[in-house]
Amino acid sequence: MRNSKLASLEEAILRSGLKDGMTISFHHHFRGGDKVVNLVVGKLAEMGFRDLHLAASSLSDVHAPLIEHIKAGVITSISTSGLRGELADAISHGLMEKPVVFRSHGGRGSAIAGGELHIDVAFLGASSCDELGNASGCPRSENAKSICGSLGYALPDAEYADHVVVLTDDLVPYPNVPMSIRASRVESVVVVDSVGDSSKISSGAIRDSKNPRDVLLAKQAAKVILNSGYFKDGFSIQTGTGGASLAVVKYLRESMVGSGVKASFALGGITAHMVKLHQEGLIGKLIDVQSFDKVAAESIASDIAHQEVSAVDYASGQHLGSAVHALDIVILSALEVDSDFNVNVLVGSDGIIRGAVGGHPDTAEDSALSIIVCPLLRGRIPCIVPKVTTLTTPGRSVDVVVTEYGIAVNPARPEIAERLAAAGLNVVDINALCEKAMGMTGRPDPLPFGERVVGIVMDRKGGILDKIRNIEQ
Amino acid sequence: MELKEAMAGTLESGDIVIRIAPGDGLHIDLQSPVEARFGRQIRAVIAETLEELGICDACVSATDKGALDCTIRARVTAAAVRASGKDIWKD
Amino acid sequence: MMFIPGNKPGMMADACIYGPDSIMLDLEDSVTLAEKDAARLLVYHALRSVDFGGVEMVVRINPLNTPYGKKDVEAVVKGGVDVIRMPKTETADEVRELEAEVLKVETELGCPGRTKLMAAIESALGVVNAFDIAKASPRMMGIALGAEDYTANLKTSRTAEGTELQLARQTIVVAARAAGIACFDTVFSNLEDMEGFRREVELVKALGFDGKSIINPRQIEIVNEVFTPSAKDIEKALLVIAAIREARSKGSGVISVNGKMVDRPVVIRAERTIALAVASGILDREEAL
Repeated sequence: MRNSKLASLEEAILRSGLKDGMTISFHHHFRGGDKVVNLVVGKLAEMGFRDLHLAASSLSDVHAPLIEHIKAGVITSISTSGLRGELADAISHGLMEKPVVFRSHGGRGSAIAGGELHIDVAFLGASSCDELGNASGCPRSENAKSICGSLGYALPDAEYADHVVVLTDDLVPYPNVPMSIRASRVESVVVVDSVGDSSKISSGAIRDSKNPRDVLLAKQAAKVILNSGYFKDGFSIQTGTGGASLAVVKYLRESMVGSGVKASFALGGITAHMVKLHQEGLIGKLIDVQSFDKVAAESIASDIAHQEVSAVDYASGQHLGSAVHALDIVILSALEVDSDFNVNVLVGSDGIIRGAVGGHPDTAEDSALSIIVCPLLRGRIPCIVPKVTTLTTPGRSVDVVVTEYGIAVNPARPEIAERLAAAGLNVVDINALCEKAMGMTGRPDPLPFGERVVGIVMDRKGGILDKIRNIEQ
Repeated sequence: MELKEAMAGTLESGDIVIRIAPGDGLHIDLQSPVEARFGRQIRAVIAETLEELGICDACVSATDKGALDCTIRARVTAAAVRASGKDIWKD
Repeated sequence: MMFIPGNKPGMMADACIYGPDSIMLDLEDSVTLAEKDAARLLVYHALRSVDFGGVEMVVRINPLNTPYGKKDVEAVVKGGVDVIRMPKTETADEVRELEAEVLKVETELGCPGRTKLMAAIESALGVVNAFDIAKASPRMMGIALGAEDYTANLKTSRTAEGTELQLARQTIVVAARAAGIACFDTVFSNLEDMEGFRREVELVKALGFDGKSIINPRQIEIVNEVFTPSAKDIEKALLVIAAIREARSKGSGVISVNGKMVDRPVVIRAERTIALAVASGILDREEAL
């Protein structure tokens, strides 16, 4: 009976009891290299399934083939953290009858744990798995092909789905320990040629932005941290995606070395920069929901102080034990920030979905200090605007906005404004930044939104934060 | 005003390529990443700049890479000067 | 002084965010002959419309003896430039010729005398005539070394140590000081060699230059670090300034700090230190008063 879990994809699907109208789930740890979603949905289409709800932790450019499955009625609803590329474009133009439901990573975790997002069958890709179903994002043999490190976003699915199928391209002998997904939660193990294109899963090395504007923004953000009152021994930190926010750590490092101040932990998406600081003794522990690059994936495989964390334990707003509650400082990017400090990280200035909510609202709300790094303009697109196109992070949870033309502090945090001004930083009114941007670009015309709702942005508690309407051609 | 075909500008970020050809009335064909928000304004700046130069008949094709108004004015003027052979400076 | 090619609109719009002391838009060497007309228009419109945040705006024009020079003057004066930089200056007469062209345009606009001038010295003849060039016009605010053309003219080539530039650098500093105007060193073009850049900035500061020309925002921080006076220097300078004030209030001509009499050069240096500290943003203007 030892081989009872091994199955072909079709056998695993049949064994799962999946029916039309049910919910299937996926994680996005293979990022732009993911092959699992397209493979599984392709097979489900071939087997004649219809009306499925696809609940992914996120979707990206690589998932454009879903368009055909949506048109054919195989997939009729989607929940995700983000959408990009052709799929996002098609959905923004009204591809789907039912609106896409967007949740933050923490919001998705708590919705799964709380039952609002019930998963019937989870299809979870793994870099290694044994035949009993112990699965990991770390390489465990010479044959490892698709390495992603942490499987944090897949863990709520593994925990709460009715049925779990693990797909792997490296079946290793039992026991595949330490495991991220436990064998007791797994019903089937499917061996496939490839779960991900490793060149698109993560970059190999530290990528430093040489864009002078990113460097300037990163240095300014580092100065904000140093003078915020939160830079003291034992502080904790998280950085979001985006060249400037990732680079902040590099400039913070110099001050940490100089002052002897050390961080207790770094949280969230872990990068090579974070690993370097950890190895130098400047950051005590790494709490990793997603390993952003190869260095981070290698580190989590070998370093006991570098720990995986599930989306629930990372960022749930419903679980007081989630790590964001212990987070001091988070540095995030944004597509748009408005004069009430509201942030949009999801919908582009053309009204088309092109991003992901991610952990943005979770970390911004629960951290002690949230810093948004955002240029005033991107080309002719103003990024500090009177009102965000779509609300993804409410302004009350945003403390500081760093631009190349000055630093705006939320009026709710006068003590921070005072500290930054005392340190000689250029503290400005956010309305002045907004006016400056409008002065440079001109006032943008309203977007040609239609009447149909194509997306719903949920808040962390499961309420509706905003609605995204279709964009007319 | 007699026009021959001419162009100015580059495809670098923040710039715009303006091609001008003889035409009957003013036709502006614009490609821009910010069409939805700024297309109307970009066309207006192109038309206004040409009008100031006394050009009412032209086929303009513009490939925008996020240029600001002052850049659009400069590129339209440069293309127009090249197309008409009439410089706006004295010497 | 940050150089920006005159035909790169993407680099102009946010040039001021890096905090250069001045921005130099270039119509000369960085613009091909075929694009001179377009770059001139771009610079003209940028000067008129872009908010450079109060940073001093300089435009390097083409030499007056080219088909572009006079049009450049007309365009940039009409654009409202602060300073025109004349390239390859060899004689005082050339400065006066430029001055006359500038005045012609200014008179037409009704703003005679608005535009300041600076000259780049890029040849042996220019170095020999440096002082005459520096005092050729009351509009002259500075002279600068252009090392590439100069070394070619000398029939030598650039070295890391800058041995070949020694005489030119020192002559330019002396000429500028004698004429009471500013002097700026040449560009350092290897962006990867930040240590070499720092050494060169330290060298030219020691020689007496007021500033350095830069080609990339990444170089600004090092120039500011080198040229910004140390906390100790500022402290000393503030003591001297306080002593001057005390002496004045007592109606005494003798200035002394810690019982030692202070000579006039010390006073001048103290004032310069304070001015630099204020310009670098590390000292409040009010503290300095």
